[in-house]
Amino acid sequence: MRQTLYLAWRYLAFHRLKTSILVTSITLILFLPVGLRVLVRQSSEQLTRRAEQTPLVIGVKGSPLELVLSTLYFRSDAPGAMRYEEVEVARRAALAPVVPMSVRYHAQAHPIVGTSVEYFDHRRLALVSGRRFAMLGECVLGSSVAAALDAEVGDAVISSPDNLFDLAGEYPLKMTIVGILATSQGPDDDAIFVDVKTTWVIAGIGHGHEDVTKREAASAVLSTDGNRVVANASIVQYNEITPENASEFHFHGDLSDHPVTAAIAFPPDAKSSALLQGRYTADDLPTQIVRPDVVMGELLDTILTIESFILAGAVVVGLATIASATLVFLLSLRLRRREMETLVKIGGSRTSVAALMASEVVTVLVVGTVLAALLTFVTSRFGDVFVRALMRM
Amino acid sequence: MSQPLIRVRELSFAYGEGDFRLSIPELDVARASSVAFIGPSGSGKTTLLHLMAGISLPQSGRIDTDGVEVTKLSENQRRAFRIQHIGLVFQEFELLEYLSVLDNILLPYRINPALRYTKAVRERARAISSRVGIEDKLDRYPGQLSQGERQRVAVCRSVLTEPSVLMADEPTGNLDPHNKGKVLDILFDYAEANATTLLMVTHDHDLLERFERVVDFKELIS
Repeated sequence: MRQTLYLAWRYLAFHRLKTSILVTSITLILFLPVGLRVLVRQSSEQLTRRAEQTPLVIGVKGSPLELVLSTLYFRSDAPGAMRYEEVEVARRAALAPVVPMSVRYHAQAHPIVGTSVEYFDHRRLALVSGRRFAMLGECVLGSSVAAALDAEVGDAVISSPDNLFDLAGEYPLKMTIVGILATSQGPDDDAIFVDVKTTWVIAGIGHGHEDVTKREAASAVLSTDGNRVVANASIVQYNEITPENASEFHFHGDLSDHPVTAAIAFPPDAKSSALLQGRYTADDLPTQIVRPDVVMGELLDTILTIESFILAGAVVVGLATIASATLVFLLSLRLRRREMETLVKIGGSRTSVAALMASEVVTVLVVGTVLAALLTFVTSRFGDVFVRALMRM
Repeated sequence: MSQPLIRVRELSFAYGEGDFRLSIPELDVARASSVAFIGPSGSGKTTLLHLMAGISLPQSGRIDTDGVEVTKLSENQRRAFRIQHIGLVFQEFELLEYLSVLDNILLPYRINPALRYTKAVRERARAISSRVGIEDKLDRYPGQLSQGERQRVAVCRSVLTEPSVLMADEPTGNLDPHNKGKVLDILFDYAEANATTLLMVTHDHDLLERFERVVDFKELIS
């Protein structure tokens, strides 16, 4: 048997291109459906786990999926803005702790998540260094962001303006890093957390500038009418909030009118959850409340349907490939007829010759299967990294 | 003539339903002799070699080689007989392109579970290749060799099992005059040194003077 395997190996090694193509075909036939299934399962688990950890999301009416993707995974286009008043309304119901969420801005492609410090408690996010944000302009980095930016506590990140030509709108805001989170294997690793009011500063709703009542700013003052002072564009605006200028920052208008993109409610029990959901059933309300696990469940149902179509396609392609490989093998048998006759003439039995041919086929199948198993192992081992990278794209 | 090594009696063979029919009433081949088979194409020279080697079976008649009635053996027994007694050299060399020269020479030991592949066999293969002048080409593949070198590899393969009969089917048919002479020298030297019977099918009448006996198929089958 050893000699037969040696001859089979020599044949396969000599025809390495043909062998590589056959092995690759077998590997792909076996790996594609299995690997796809593993990846889909891992994606489903990641999406479902996050959704299950987020009981209820409140946002403006519109696409529930967009609302959930934005609020939970910090992906998708930002849903329409909701007044901060809606967060207060939900809190006043006293049925669940409610955390505001504002996911609209970015810093070097990393999402800036405006929220409150309670978010860290509900998500069980621990710090590896520093502390949570305590004042305007402070931020806490997710572990992946810290690694990507090679940033430490005391460094700063600058928000990226969404529109460079919107001179009246947001300005880049330099934010001081006060804490770095431990890895959580989720979307929080890739986010920059700030107080929701900081996102209003980024939005230009809140700002800081030199005191126009002071003598140094007198040259910028155009007119004074009681408490109302009109200044020109030469007034110095701050793009960084420091302990020294923090008192100069202020918000115009009513805070309750300022925008957030959503609110997460964490009801302590099913009854509170049901009661809170019941408050959002009226058609004339501008807001909706959604259960992320239900929304993601519907999305996963769609994904699983697509998966089954892809699997069916892969099976058909696999069968076609096996048929082609069989044809190639049968044709090669015809081409090797003379070789087989020679082997018989010099004393090889027909069984030995058949064993030689079978060994070649089995070797290709075994190598293809082992490679497919290795790929499947790698996928199951590192698939979650791949899935997270995909979700970041 | 002493007891012949090969005795053919009343042999009759036909391929399926074709027109070809080989009938040999009587043929004896002496031990350690050299015999050339000549005759027109299609007269049955190669077929006779195959019958004597036990590759094919006649419809009737008998062939005895070294006291063994080959025509009475089963396929497995004929195969065992062939491994033990017969060395075959073909016109087209019949080397396996995917094996190195050394592995081609060793092929009988690799394809026959009955033969034990040992270090001694390997050393013998190297020694034989050295005798025919291809010792420096053992790691090459047949496609990298000249026609003459390929035939020398085929000869090495045929004699590795130390057969008592060496059957060569037009071994020089594809060779230039220089290589033709070289391959013949090798075959005759081996046969003489090992008291091996050499049977050769050939169309080349220039070679006949080297043989002790020439069998013309025109006369044999009449």
